Amino acid sequence: MSEDAVDADAVHHVADLARVALTESEAERFEAQFEDILDYFDSLDEVPEIERESDLVNVMRPDEQRPSLDQNEALDNAAETEDGYFKGPRVS
Amino acid sequence: MSTEHNAFITETTIEPTSEGPLSGRTIAVKDNISTAGVRTTCGSTMLEEYVPPYDATVVERLTAAGATIVGKANMDEFGMGGTTETSAFGPTENPRAPGRVAGGSSGGSAAAVAEEAADLALGTDTGGSIRNPAAFCGVVGLKPTYGLVSRYGLIAYANSLEQIGPIAPTVEETATLLDVIAGPDENDATTHQNGADANYAAAADGNVDGMTIGVLKNLRAGADERVAAAFDDGVAELEARGATVVEIELDSIEHALAAYYVIAMSEASSNLARFDGVRYGVSGGYEGDWNESFAQARESGFGEEVKRRILLGTYALSAGYHDKYYKKAQDARAWVKQEFDDAFENADVLASPTMPVLPPEIGESLDDPLQLYQIDANTVPVNLANLPAISVPVGRADGFPVGFQLIGPAFGEHRILRAGSALQ
Repeated sequence: MSEDAVDADAVHHVADLARVALTESEAERFEAQFEDILDYFDSLDEVPEIERESDLVNVMRPDEQRPSLDQNEALDNAAETEDGYFKGPRVS
Repeated sequence: MSTEHNAFITETTIEPTSEGPLSGRTIAVKDNISTAGVRTTCGSTMLEEYVPPYDATVVERLTAAGATIVGKANMDEFGMGGTTETSAFGPTENPRAPGRVAGGSSGGSAAAVAEEAADLALGTDTGGSIRNPAAFCGVVGLKPTYGLVSRYGLIAYANSLEQIGPIAPTVEETATLLDVIAGPDENDATTHQNGADANYAAAADGNVDGMTIGVLKNLRAGADERVAAAFDDGVAELEARGATVVEIELDSIEHALAAYYVIAMSEASSNLARFDGVRYGVSGGYEGDWNESFAQARESGFGEEVKRRILLGTYALSAGYHDKYYKKAQDARAWVKQEFDDAFENADVLASPTMPVLPPEIGESLDDPLQLYQIDANTVPVNLANLPAISVPVGRADGFPVGFQLIGPAFGEHRILRAGSALQ
């Protein structure tokens, strides 16, 4: 992003991708700050390609039914519920 | 009990479930660690009213070991900060440096121990968040090897980097608390067999005779000269007790900070996508469609630093930029790891000042995020390499506490506890 300067459109584009609404003043501050921070991240260009060895293994468990939260506990922190379900906004 | 420095977001009493090594001890638990029935806010408006339905594994282990939990400790919002000033519940003041920050993000945990509002505390460390406030508040804090302590019930910020760890007035009490929380957990697949029967408390015997300490030259050079002078006194003390001191230079460390922030922000952008305001957290209302409602919930629930990191993380992972930022950051991470492995061929433990600066004044450093990120320079390499590290107080500079960082090889907690106890 150092080559192409960070403009307001870029900030609004990633905010949109991330589903974060921004106030105008936040968007303005972010524009300048992102420029600085991404410039700093450009120093990673100097990092050589490294062959990464991994000694990690997958940890699996049998796919068996186990107890979980009951419905009321699961719904307890929701702003709104209806008939035992979470209530979400309309899809479109 | 006192929280005059705003160390606690919620005062509470969670009673022990049995007798054990922590019987009669009080403990503060950072507010991103789930406590059943006691609200757990992550220092965020988003979770101001969130009450977990279950306990984190470490909370079960604390109460089973006899501890009484007395407060949920203040923190930078979701762990994102190094001063506890991004908390939606106001900053924590440093009990040992009036008007100054307590450090962060586990500032409330370290301050609670420093002001004796709790005997012990748990913090979490993603890029220094235990060691930084321990250094600034003049207490001991340890970031365990990745996988030593269960993260089940920890509200995630950057999973591949973070660990829960102990904060206490002394190295020995830090070790005792680590003994309680360490060890495998079937609810966290990244935990390791190591630590199952460890006896860390026995390692805090102050015996460094014959030990080789590698001073990390790059990190010492970057520190404020008053900090460096206190650090040098600590090195001399270890030498006087029979340790051998060598200097070590790691080229990769110059890129650790950028790599850390790219990885942490990328993981944060993914982790924090769960906060949609529907199942928990601040609701975005029912006016707009799904996307508009989510965006609204996140605008009202998150503070500015959290938004900044989510957006930058989203950017670093977005089409066209992934290879430039995220992939290079992973290369840097592997490089840091390799160089640390090599360094441990020549030294038993590595040492540096924990923080390159003295604690800033409250309000001093919030305007320039990049400048604030730089104070993490000495702590983040350890998280990239999954290693254990401890911060131990090493005198004062201009009246402010200074922290001495000791880094060990993976699952080498005994070594850093031993070396750290020689400084007390």
